Amino acid sequence: MVDKPPGSRTLATPLDRGAGPAGSPDLATPPDKAAEPIIRVENLRIGFGDFVLHENVSFDVRRGEVFAILGASGSGKTVLMKNMIGLYTPLAGRVLIGGVDVARASGEARIALIKRFGVMYQLGALFGNMTLTENIRLPLEEYTDLPDEAMDLIARMKLRLVQLQGAEDLTPAEISGGMMKRAAIARAMALDPDIVFLDEPSGGLDPITSAELDQLILRLRASLGITFVVITHELPSIFTIADRCIMLDKEAKGVIAEGKPAELRDHSDNPRVRQFFNRRAEPEAAAA
Amino acid sequence: MAALVLRPGNGAPATIVLSGRLDAYSVGPLWAQAHDALRTPPNAPIVIDCSGVEYCDGAGVALLLDLLRSPRPAGAEVTIHGLADRFQRLLEQFDPKALAEAPAPPPRRISLLERVGRAGVQFADDLYRQIAFLGETASAIAHAARNPRAVRWKDALYVAEEAGVNALPIVALIGFLMGVILAFQSAVALRQFGAEVFVANLLALSLLRELGPLMTAILLAGRSGAAFAAEIGTMKVNQEVDALTTMGLDPVRFLVVTRVLAATAMTVPLVVFADLIGLIGGGVVMLTFEIPLATYYNQAVSFASVGDFLGGLVKAVVFGVLIAGIGCLRGLQTETGASAVGISATSAVVSGIVLIVAADGVFAVLYYYLDI
Repeated sequence: MVDKPPGSRTLATPLDRGAGPAGSPDLATPPDKAAEPIIRVENLRIGFGDFVLHENVSFDVRRGEVFAILGASGSGKTVLMKNMIGLYTPLAGRVLIGGVDVARASGEARIALIKRFGVMYQLGALFGNMTLTENIRLPLEEYTDLPDEAMDLIARMKLRLVQLQGAEDLTPAEISGGMMKRAAIARAMALDPDIVFLDEPSGGLDPITSAELDQLILRLRASLGITFVVITHELPSIFTIADRCIMLDKEAKGVIAEGKPAELRDHSDNPRVRQFFNRRAEPEAAAA
Repeated sequence: MAALVLRPGNGAPATIVLSGRLDAYSVGPLWAQAHDALRTPPNAPIVIDCSGVEYCDGAGVALLLDLLRSPRPAGAEVTIHGLADRFQRLLEQFDPKALAEAPAPPPRRISLLERVGRAGVQFADDLYRQIAFLGETASAIAHAARNPRAVRWKDALYVAEEAGVNALPIVALIGFLMGVILAFQSAVALRQFGAEVFVANLLALSLLRELGPLMTAILLAGRSGAAFAAEIGTMKVNQEVDALTTMGLDPVRFLVVTRVLAATAMTVPLVVFADLIGLIGGGVVMLTFEIPLATYYNQAVSFASVGDFLGGLVKAVVFGVLIAGIGCLRGLQTETGASAVGISATSAVVSGIVLIVAADGVFAVLYYYLDI
């Protein structure tokens, strides 16, 4: 019972709630009346010591949606993600994953929480002394009682999902940067978690692989109801996969936009948001 | 939870009924059970009924694929029925046969002779690299001597502080204990002949000529040699060394010269310090044997010559060059990955100590023939 706490895996029918882009709830609908939030960020203040990066950050990520965190380079997207997954402690406010306060969870509750999400770090963070298969097997070995051949098969399947068949026995030093990102995504999904955080998954990938990755994300969401929180700059990818997004701004010290990417592109009141979505070097004149 | 029931066919194909939640946490116990069930009718077709499966993630799909790819005779195939569409789509992404483990290449047998040959070639290659590196470093130092302004003295001072000043406490501790232990062990033996006073001779000679430089050098190899290898190794892994090269900055001039100069310059005062502290440690022991410090001092000074002292310092200079040089070389030879940095640091310490001991042997022979 300890490794499968009843409260932490209540996704007996997560798939029924998985809403595709077409089925996304209308923005006007209050979140509590739409799909159930799986992550709730409440009045978060993040930063380091006395340096406050963002204040009053509040948003919900709904079960089964692809949620994008956008913003210019250096706007603190990764810092926000690290606060969400418990690597950094918020200066104020809290992050709830499935109702559990990430910063306060400890012991068994923390292990149960950690099993609910997988993370792909910006630079892959694969273990250099292990092959790709061993990297993916590690969480399976530690948290499940699967037989050896099952773990090998799952590792090969995950690698195949990210088009890395044939690279099973290579070490991270022997593969390219793009392959490393894909292997890191495969490792993040080793335990088929409810939530997968992806920190710039498309960065450094060729357009074909990047598009395939988008398809993979949508397919996994549709079949397994996985919730994705994606940090990305890639506009085509944002429009393809993201149901909703927030945009962070360093100067405003907080969230300057929240909603569907296409709506923000076309109808946002904020010139910086339109500048981002329309890929312009200079902010455009105020909308007519 | 997941469950498995085998239902005999009675004329129709036998059925394995899977139900519940098939995920990474629940399919483990089912794995062997499912394969056992599959073997029950080894030559007849078998159906896996998944209509009771509520949830099936990657691990569940892996179980189904593993059952599908099990070798069966023709006409005894495994078929899956009743799997919900959304899981079926997941299953269809994989071809069970393509997932079969690639046959491992047969391990190539290497004969003992070939292994010895390879080790020999590797050793010769490493020796060649060390000699080439020595040449490169010497040339860079000669360039630095001609153009002192080209040396990055700020970096060199930083290294000198790290490798020299910050090493004082450990050198003092080891030097003092070495003096105490040496004096005590020899005094106990010499007292039987009433010759405790000659402990001063033994200490002065062994510390100044041999132990002071040797122990300090081994300490530095462990401390600074490893640090140089790890630092330069990490720079190599992070492509910082590549960046230097493409900026037209020679890594040897930029990284190695400062370290070799600073570490060598620091080894000499550290050896003097170790000698002094060792002699003080010996003096403290002598006091307990009722030999006054003045007697101890006079005995030591009258016996050990300036040649002994300077001979030790010449060794210190060479040891300093060797430690810093091998540390930097191992750093520059670092391959990719985090473990490569560890390998470089280890190799720097091991090679450093081997070189120190080898050089010490050469000095022993040289000093004997030069009558120093």
